[in-house]
Amino acid sequence: MEVTTKSMPYEAWKDNEYIEQLVEELKANGTNVIVGSFDKLINWGRSNSIWPLTFATSCCGIEFVSLGAARYDMARFGWEVARSSPRQADFMMVAGTIVHRMAPVMRRLYDQLAEPKYVIATGSCAISGGPFRNSYHVVKGIDEIVPVDVYLPGCPPRPEAMIYAIMQLSRKMKVEKFFGGVNRKEKIEEFLAAHPEESYD
Amino acid sequence: MANIQEKITKLFPDATFEEGEILLVNIPDAKWHDLAKCLKEDADLHFDYLVTIVGMDWKDKFGCVYYLRSTTDNVQISVKVTTEDRENPMLHSVSDVWNIATVYEREVYDFFGIIFINNPDMRRLFLSIDWKGYPLRKDYDMSPENNPVPRENERQEDVTYTYVENENGKVEKKTITLFEPNDFVVNIGPQHPATHGVLRFRTAVDGETIKKIDFYSGYIHRGIEKLCEGLTYPQTLHFMDRMDYFSGHHYHHALCMVYEKALGIEISRRAQVIRVLMDELARIASHCLFLGTYCMDLGATTMLFYTLRVREQILDIMERTCGARMTFNYGCIGGVMQDLHPDFVKDVKALLAVLPANIKEYNKLFIGNVIAKGRLENVGSLSREDAISYGVTGPSGRASGWACDVRKTHPYSIYGELDFEEVVYTEGDSMSRTKLRIAEMEQSARIIEQLIDNIPEGEYCVKVPKVIKLPAGHWFQMVEGCRGVFGVYIESDGGTSPARLKLAPPCLPLANVVDHLTRGSKIADLITIGGSLDYIVPDIDR
Repeated sequence: MEVTTKSMPYEAWKDNEYIEQLVEELKANGTNVIVGSFDKLINWGRSNSIWPLTFATSCCGIEFVSLGAARYDMARFGWEVARSSPRQADFMMVAGTIVHRMAPVMRRLYDQLAEPKYVIATGSCAISGGPFRNSYHVVKGIDEIVPVDVYLPGCPPRPEAMIYAIMQLSRKMKVEKFFGGVNRKEKIEEFLAAHPEESYD
Repeated sequence: MANIQEKITKLFPDATFEEGEILLVNIPDAKWHDLAKCLKEDADLHFDYLVTIVGMDWKDKFGCVYYLRSTTDNVQISVKVTTEDRENPMLHSVSDVWNIATVYEREVYDFFGIIFINNPDMRRLFLSIDWKGYPLRKDYDMSPENNPVPRENERQEDVTYTYVENENGKVEKKTITLFEPNDFVVNIGPQHPATHGVLRFRTAVDGETIKKIDFYSGYIHRGIEKLCEGLTYPQTLHFMDRMDYFSGHHYHHALCMVYEKALGIEISRRAQVIRVLMDELARIASHCLFLGTYCMDLGATTMLFYTLRVREQILDIMERTCGARMTFNYGCIGGVMQDLHPDFVKDVKALLAVLPANIKEYNKLFIGNVIAKGRLENVGSLSREDAISYGVTGPSGRASGWACDVRKTHPYSIYGELDFEEVVYTEGDSMSRTKLRIAEMEQSARIIEQLIDNIPEGEYCVKVPKVIKLPAGHWFQMVEGCRGVFGVYIESDGGTSPARLKLAPPCLPLANVVDHLTRGSKIADLITIGGSLDYIVPDIDR
């Protein structure tokens, strides 16, 4: 199933079964002609201005700084508006190890992101705990706490890899149904039901 | 050494001594506080800098090893205090002698559960108050069911505890409230763009003036010291890149040196030169990033692009040789992992050619800027005495007039033969801390210039046994990281993995001193002061 991007031919994507399957799932129920056109327009805008939340706990965050600087220049893609407040951001790049003390804080940040929201697990620590997996204080992958859209391996991933990961995210946005379909929303609700909301005083 | 030993014996007949690379004094806990006072205040001894406190669990007893250094003649000494009580281990605090001891003792309490009598702040440092067990004890239960990932917000307390002895010699627990009842407490962090990572300051303010800061850490505590106890010696090395990720080369250097010292391995001159070259390149890159992110904290985004230009060039050089941009894992026991890239010399020369013009530009853009001057000058002044007492080393310590560069005080590797200056300023404010880093970049370039044309031929890594076993004993090594003195303590029981590996990072004292520096200043200055200290949070938490 093809999702086109202007800057990269379809063959250049190192796609795997998982992505193909995901795209198929998202497109499964067919598209309404009118609503579908609106979706296309809105998704075109959304996928080209994804604003990240400045959220970094360790090494990967420094590569994210490099990504923002002149050499890798994420402004080319419309991602340069890194927001410090989760309420203004579209996605969260979890860059670095998440430990026990940080876990509820991260969940809270995720809850504060405005819908539609996305998460990229950046680096092996965020994916699985990485080199610190055996530690007594490290969360073994952030997917225990929040739903993850893109897994980005590396320790830390190079800025080019980060560009690739965010481009994958923007492809995912392109096939989503913002109006009619709720296929994305259902998934989050399912996840949240399995991982109950923390209680705020 | 001999006269120190004589002097201590005269005053404290109970003390016993162990000779080694650093003199080790064994003292009973009851006498330790008096000895500490004497060691610091005696004019001949003058051990005014507490390098680190190493908490220890020897299975039959708990204890601490204190590493002390005199700032007048740079003599080092270590003191061992032990307790055999495993149920309720207690030692006497020395937090009134050295300010930094307060936080070091908290760390030992957090990891080993040793209570320090008279320490004014006996809370856990990295782990939550509900954490079960003390992780660095040898009998700690690591199973995740014991301490599951918390789903709810962490329980907080606004009080701290202190343990005091009453007349009968009984120890009583007392509660102290952290803030006054009418204090307005602002929470800065852990998610804040200007805290340089996930650090949290609970700030009591009166209007815009800061009254007190409670620094709250542990949001990236990964338990590296405990993890190392389960790994072989070469495997422990890769963690060094992931603490202070700018000083990866320096930290590798420190750990490799301590292993080589223990094994009695002499490494080739080529490997030494390569290590020093990498250290200094990393220092330039680190100071570049400091300048960029610091200016960003202050609201000047442009500077980041200028400084990252040089940093990217250095990262390219390193990538060609080490194969990675940040986590190099380049040093290994016996030398370095692989030889230099054929273009290394050419690339470094190209860097040296553009560096002076860049430094000039930084000075023109930022240091000479009226706004920068207004925000940095006379903000967060740290006196020399306080710098020593709070253990603030590195560029921040040198900006306060304390010549604490390990490369000069205890030259390691080939630093003794090199011609470079230790830049020391006396003002101690944020501006001098910033300027000093730029001056250090010039000195690092000077070191590289001296070495780049004379990289000797030879092997880059000497042959070492496949299975590395350290003889039983303990060793300590310090290096000058980008942010200050980094110390490694290693204790071996003769096996293939360390019995205890203590990493003494420079950033914990840096974050700890923020409270002292910001009292009475405006809340906007907190960002200026914190940024100018340039702490790296994973380095604090380990």
